Amino acid sequence: MSSFWSIWIIVLTVISFALIFWILFANRKIENTDPEATTGHAADGIEEYDNPLPAWWFAMFLITLIFGVGYLVVYPGLGNFPGIMGWTQVGQWENEVDEAEKRYLATRLEYLAMPVEEVASIPAALKMGQRMFANNCAQCHGADARGSYGFPNLTDGDWLYGGTPDAIKTTLVDGRRAAMPAWGTVLGDEGIRNVTAYVMRLSGRDVNDEYADAGKAQFDMLCVACHMAYGTGNTALGAPNLTNGIWLYGGTAEDISHTLRAGRSGVMPAQADLLSEDKIHILTAYVYSLNQDN
Amino acid sequence: MTEQDQIPLEELAPAEVAELDLYQKREKIYTRQIEGFFQKVREFTGWPLLVGYFLLPWMSWGDRPAVLFDLPARKFHIFFITFWPQDFPLLAWLLIIAAFALFTVTVFAGRVWCGYTCPQTVWTSIFMWIEQKVEGSRNQRIKLDAQPWSTDKFFKKFLKHGMWFGVAAYTGLTFIGYFYPIRDLIYELATAQVSLMALSWVVFFTMATYINAGWMREQVCMYMCPYARFQSVMFDHDTLIVSYRKDRGEERGARKRNANPAELGLGDCIDCQLCVQVCPAGIDIRDGLQYECIGCAMCVDACNSVMDKMGYEPGLIAYTSERELEGETTHWLRPRLVGYVAALLVMVTAFGFRVYSRTPLEVPVIRDRNQLYVQAADGQIENVYSLQILNMDQRDHSYTVSFSGLEQATLIGTARLQLQSGEVATLPLRISAPREAFQVPSTGFSFTVESDDGRYRASTESRFMIPFEAQ
Repeated sequence: MSSFWSIWIIVLTVISFALIFWILFANRKIENTDPEATTGHAADGIEEYDNPLPAWWFAMFLITLIFGVGYLVVYPGLGNFPGIMGWTQVGQWENEVDEAEKRYLATRLEYLAMPVEEVASIPAALKMGQRMFANNCAQCHGADARGSYGFPNLTDGDWLYGGTPDAIKTTLVDGRRAAMPAWGTVLGDEGIRNVTAYVMRLSGRDVNDEYADAGKAQFDMLCVACHMAYGTGNTALGAPNLTNGIWLYGGTAEDISHTLRAGRSGVMPAQADLLSEDKIHILTAYVYSLNQDN
Repeated sequence: MTEQDQIPLEELAPAEVAELDLYQKREKIYTRQIEGFFQKVREFTGWPLLVGYFLLPWMSWGDRPAVLFDLPARKFHIFFITFWPQDFPLLAWLLIIAAFALFTVTVFAGRVWCGYTCPQTVWTSIFMWIEQKVEGSRNQRIKLDAQPWSTDKFFKKFLKHGMWFGVAAYTGLTFIGYFYPIRDLIYELATAQVSLMALSWVVFFTMATYINAGWMREQVCMYMCPYARFQSVMFDHDTLIVSYRKDRGEERGARKRNANPAELGLGDCIDCQLCVQVCPAGIDIRDGLQYECIGCAMCVDACNSVMDKMGYEPGLIAYTSERELEGETTHWLRPRLVGYVAALLVMVTAFGFRVYSRTPLEVPVIRDRNQLYVQAADGQIENVYSLQILNMDQRDHSYTVSFSGLEQATLIGTARLQLQSGEVATLPLRISAPREAFQVPSTGFSFTVESDDGRYRASTESRFMIPFEAQ
């Protein structure tokens, strides 16, 4: 608030208070009028005497006024004056967050001291993990962690970067940046068609074998560096396994040729700066636990 | 010129302008204690309520208090039922029924609620009883207040206020005991570990009791309680009111016990003022029906005792109706009252049934917001839902989730879960269906959650979305 508006509000508030005090005291007594006078209101022939108010009402007026003054001294209200307690909404929120931190930190640190596999077997920890997942991860991976187009399913036991606790944790802490290069200009339309056929055959589908055989030659030249000789992928590079029928960007011929032609680039954002170590530890355990049934 | 020659000057005040204070000091009412039939009735109605109020917070149900309004957890435990925020309409209905019951009783019997059961009246009578015991009878109290301060007066006042505070503190403590387990509260108070919040509410209700029952008394009824002001809307000619029979009482006047009033030209009222002295509202019932009257019938008992001594018929002041005062007979069965009672019965029955058939299970469903649908690699369309399952029962349950209303659809995920009493859990589920199964972009269906013992089931509607291009 600019100082003009601050002063404006302060002056208005103070004048209002003074006016109310004045009205209350200056008008307390009036010249004696007819004690039998009525208020002038009549309903069904019932009228009401214009009797004085009870004296404790006057006291109540005073109490509320004094409370109002006290409130403006203690809490923010008078323009930019913050009040002697220095209370703010943000401050109150921060206090509540701190309190919650204090309440749950001990438990989280307890979990942090355990290996991920052990945390993954504690139901209470997994409930915590589920909530953290809902707040931080579900936006991309879905509330049930089964992912969607472009966002990996975390429950199917198929890992781009490895499913050991350490690998999951590394993914969470540092994030991942995956790049499938665009081969459109290198392969040309025919090449794309052939490699697509080969890749589809890798996952056991019936394709035109002539195309696929031609595609294999190009695959062995261009793709094996990352996807390995038989397309089984490489978790060190985040290169997907092409043989298991799990497709991050769709598994139809159209999808695969698009991937080949234009490339793909996936990003898992690093959580190190967003979440504390203990939270990441619990999230790791949660994600790890999602695969234990498979 | 000596001083004696001088004419003493007198200050002549200007003609006094009478000033009227817009605020009137409360005139203290010294109530005379009285015994009689209606005072007995009040004891019989008052004691069970008081005992109930003070003992209820101490009763246990399982490992928690039987009645506990747990505000921080937003759960009201009342014996075998736990009400959740989702049950709030029930509370609204309960209050509406309570208000309606009050109206019904008022149409029938006037302000008996005020006179016999209202906490303001009950606590005021406790405080008056203490006052009577410590400071003595009405006359003694008037005299004591007129006296200058003395050790005796100080001791009596100190004792009275001390006892008032004692009752008030116990009342306040008990009240908070409905919101915070009373055993913990007392333990924490005794060991100075009580939270500032709990302490300030105990102090608040202690002060409220002390001030209302000790100092405010009839002022509460006259100036704070809205009921006194709108009760006249509910009164009719047949409503029971405490009233003085003018035709029988007038002319009022003192007379010898054995004198024949008819010869003296007097009615039955001996103008002893007893009815005025016992009135806790400080009115003269002989002036007719007044809004201050709380229908407590103290004047009835007082007058009947006098009538008895005089050898007259009782009932000069009695529960009667305006119609009876006009010389007719009261109509008990009138459409208005019958209608009120019938409506009340319907409401109570419906409410009872609603509470009895309440399902302590709820399943709000939230669709994943990031993507309306997911196109799976196998061409299936998937939608993701978060089911929030609330076990509002006082027992643990296992639940199974199913859905209906979608063709060719399958559920992906674990559709079972176990919840402890009072637990709320989120169950993410995914439904998968072929694109061809749908003709419209959004199809309604419902999830159903059923407890394994088959007692409780709850359904919630949601929608399944597919990619759709308008043709």
